[in-house]
Amino acid sequence: MSTNTHAVSRRSFLKTTGALGALAVAAGGAASADSMFGDAPVAFADGQETTTWGHCAINCPGRCSLKFHVKDDEVMWVDTYTSKDAGFDDPQPRACLRGRTYRRWLAHPDRLSYPMKRVGKRGEGKFEQVSWEEAIDTAATKLKEVIDTYGNEAVYVPYATGVSASTSRPFNRMLNLVGGYLNFYNSYSTAQISCITPYMYGSKQSGGSTLSAAEDAELILLFGSSPVETRQGGAVSHYDWAHLREKTNAKIYIIDPRMSDSAMGHSDTWLPINPGTDAALVAGIAHYLIENDLIDLDFLHTYCVGYDEETMPEAYKGKNMSYYDYIMGTGYDMVEKTPAWAAKITGIPAQTIEKLAHEVGTTKPLYVNQGWGPQRRSNGEWTAWSIMALPCLVGQIGLPGTNNGTREGSNAVSLASLPKGDNPVKKSIPCFLFTDAIDHGPEMTAKNAGVKGGDKLEVGIKYMINYAGNCLTNQHSDINKAHDILADESKCEFILGVDTVMCDSLKYADIILPDLFRFEQVSMIGTGGDNAYMIAGQPCTSPKFERKTAYEMASLMAEKLGVKDEFTEGKTEEEWIRELYEESRKKDAELPSYEQAMDQGVYVRPGKKKTSMEKFRADPVANALDTPSGKIEIFSEKLLQFTEGWEFQEGDTLKGMDTLPPVPVYIPEWFGVETTTDEFPLALTGFHYRGRIHSSWGFIEDLKEVNPQEAWINPIDAQERGIEQGDTVHVKNQFGTIELLAKVTPRVVPGTVAVSQGAWHTADMYGDPERVDKGGSINTLTTQRPSPLSKGNPQHTNICQVEKVSA
Amino acid sequence: MTQYAFHFDATRCTGCKTCEFSCKDYKDLGLESAYRKVYECAGGETVRDADGCFKTTCFSYPVSISCNHCDNPACMQVCPTGAMHKDEETGLVGVDEGKCIGCGYCHMACPYNSPKVDREKGHSVKCDGCADRVAAGEAPVCVEACPARALAFGPAEEMAKLGERANIAPLPEAKLTTPNLFVKACADAQPSDSRAGRIVNPLEVL
Repeated sequence: MSTNTHAVSRRSFLKTTGALGALAVAAGGAASADSMFGDAPVAFADGQETTTWGHCAINCPGRCSLKFHVKDDEVMWVDTYTSKDAGFDDPQPRACLRGRTYRRWLAHPDRLSYPMKRVGKRGEGKFEQVSWEEAIDTAATKLKEVIDTYGNEAVYVPYATGVSASTSRPFNRMLNLVGGYLNFYNSYSTAQISCITPYMYGSKQSGGSTLSAAEDAELILLFGSSPVETRQGGAVSHYDWAHLREKTNAKIYIIDPRMSDSAMGHSDTWLPINPGTDAALVAGIAHYLIENDLIDLDFLHTYCVGYDEETMPEAYKGKNMSYYDYIMGTGYDMVEKTPAWAAKITGIPAQTIEKLAHEVGTTKPLYVNQGWGPQRRSNGEWTAWSIMALPCLVGQIGLPGTNNGTREGSNAVSLASLPKGDNPVKKSIPCFLFTDAIDHGPEMTAKNAGVKGGDKLEVGIKYMINYAGNCLTNQHSDINKAHDILADESKCEFILGVDTVMCDSLKYADIILPDLFRFEQVSMIGTGGDNAYMIAGQPCTSPKFERKTAYEMASLMAEKLGVKDEFTEGKTEEEWIRELYEESRKKDAELPSYEQAMDQGVYVRPGKKKTSMEKFRADPVANALDTPSGKIEIFSEKLLQFTEGWEFQEGDTLKGMDTLPPVPVYIPEWFGVETTTDEFPLALTGFHYRGRIHSSWGFIEDLKEVNPQEAWINPIDAQERGIEQGDTVHVKNQFGTIELLAKVTPRVVPGTVAVSQGAWHTADMYGDPERVDKGGSINTLTTQRPSPLSKGNPQHTNICQVEKVSA
Repeated sequence: MTQYAFHFDATRCTGCKTCEFSCKDYKDLGLESAYRKVYECAGGETVRDADGCFKTTCFSYPVSISCNHCDNPACMQVCPTGAMHKDEETGLVGVDEGKCIGCGYCHMACPYNSPKVDREKGHSVKCDGCADRVAAGEAPVCVEACPARALAFGPAEEMAKLGERANIAPLPEAKLTTPNLFVKACADAQPSDSRAGRIVNPLEVL
């Protein structure tokens, strides 16, 4: 879009009187702002500027503070919780660049203002205004119809993360009062690591150390994490990382195919690696540690099972199935995982691997941390597991200055959420497989598609409520395939969409309801990073046009369905917020009173350094893990048995195996550096970008202007293709084509292209046979094939070709 | 008179542009206009060696700058109407919109790409150091916005304790205009006269 979208308010005209005057002089005219508008109304002229607190609600744990400066019911500008005298150590949940553009979104011409019904084809984006009565009646009537015809298993609320607050999930509650809906498990953020971690560490003590804990480390390894880009606010990992870097004496390695913004200014911390090969690096390090007697055998034999023969479960002794057997080439693929072997795969020179391994084996405390990029891959479960195994090999678990290899933990204020009620439907699907469930639900089983709570689905998804989500297409995978499935109205018969703006997914809705931001209503949220905070907000302005809160929308539907009293329990949303807060205060006595919280808006609580698995390390018997053995499982009998009899595709597991690997191994990706083709000779990986969080803000012109959508390509690969900085290029593969600009940079390794995720898919789905996505959404190029164990989204596992678009 | 100055901590800055956007919102700037800009200065290479393994000399660092409210402002020297002026109390450089004729000499003269002529408004526009906020005892909006705490503002002699007078690439040598910007250099930072790095994000700098 090229239109300038700044709301041309009366204020901005009046403010530029000088400019108009100058232009008028230049043009020889005499128009002034006053003569154009007449006399200013008294209320406007005398309007006092007031401020209200609010919070960002989008899917970044930042959810930072917003201080709205308001005059005459219009937001003038958006400040944040800040003070000029704050020291570097004083946490302040300052909003990021995106938070500072909220005024552009609030008053954007594309903001949804009225209920609408679809009048074109799904995905075409043609809608007409309807009344609230018609919109609610259509949505409720269709819901009843689907439940009567197919049962509640055909109703679904897709994964969506556009709004977070203590009362931001009202539709699930409403649906549970009319028989429930098909559940999902997993997330698009952490499917693989969330699946594998409980096998290894259990689920109750597996949380990571805070970043602040690494202040006491001597060596910090960050695998595929960019704390400054994934959470950009002033009291989450952006600040925490900048703070840590200054406070620690540790040597830092950031292991990443791309020199992320977290390494900017400190490029000596970047260790470039081929994407999807972190597990091979860990295996190479493990080999060096074993060969050089740097393994902490006492730790492994006391706290872990499966490292070597000594701690293998009885049934698997004498079968060369330990981790040691995998590393030393006496089991599994029978390949010795030497640093030279790892060098060929990772692209890291063998000497560098040896040097790093030596540092890992001799430097304590060691803080190992991974982002969620390495796990969002076809081999992600084993990549995540491998990285978590690394600190175990040298006993760097549960001690000051260490981390268990997961992502950093946090100190957050935890607030109770609106109760969803009990869902009579017990079945659950991996969220990534919802398009499969629409397309061929009854073919999905526990063994082929991870269906839980039953052996198989009886019916496909026929009705969806997509609230504040862009995962139907944009943030899902293989957008072209997703389009074909969603566009077929015989499959999913009805989609209710709720949002503030017409994102790509919303174009598939049959009825659209216009949402209010959380800062246009009373709202509370708790969150945190190294430090904890909570924000209690009041509406910044009155509701404009016909926009409503999600709670009101769900109440209206509940009323239509005859369950309003059960839904509201006679309470307004604010009464719920207060009640939930009082519940939270019972568990956290330090929290201020509700009145005090609302009065101060922002509550910040400095957090202590948190060390993961401290209790387990101190006493592994009294504080046994909730794994089958009670110990850390480097060999998982449970995983092995769970995956017996599964149907696999080529590349899901190690060659020659008929289950998934029960130890943390390296499996080459299906579409990765080892499996590129002549047609698609480059690996393609995604990353988080400052101009958006996921797809949110993806349409804000001011952000797009200075945060352009680019394909990062190494000068070597660019030169071969005649591509120069700033050229328009096509990145294409077997799933589609995207168009964007080239960033020719040594900040990405040769052989790999990096494209930031979340750009708005922009293609003519009915007119262009190629469906070229001129928005540059990486998910036009990602696969819907799930990772084998978690059935998660492997959205960084891609191959591609890049071509210059001739002018 | 107290000359005010900015401090930029290049060891903390991550290039996120929150400074730029807080300013744009506060000053109500539209597209194609920013008073504070973030440059990416980068160089080196990442290549494969004979074994196919990576070898990198790549460096990259962000530099966030607005108007540096110089002791010897180039913009003022070339201004034909006296519109560009230095405040006697604070040393902040501002545009007298009534006097400015929009000739653009200041834009051409400034080695920091600070003043621009807003053709719609008919005069030069630039960072005024948030003079109104400073007068009210606050810091410029960009300084208070920075999530990584990479910016500071205060009397020049205080800021001078935090870093050296703007001497890293891609900034010109400080002796040209004596900018009131004091920089704590990061490990990647190259000296002003170095040609090892260059501005690699021209599209992102308005």
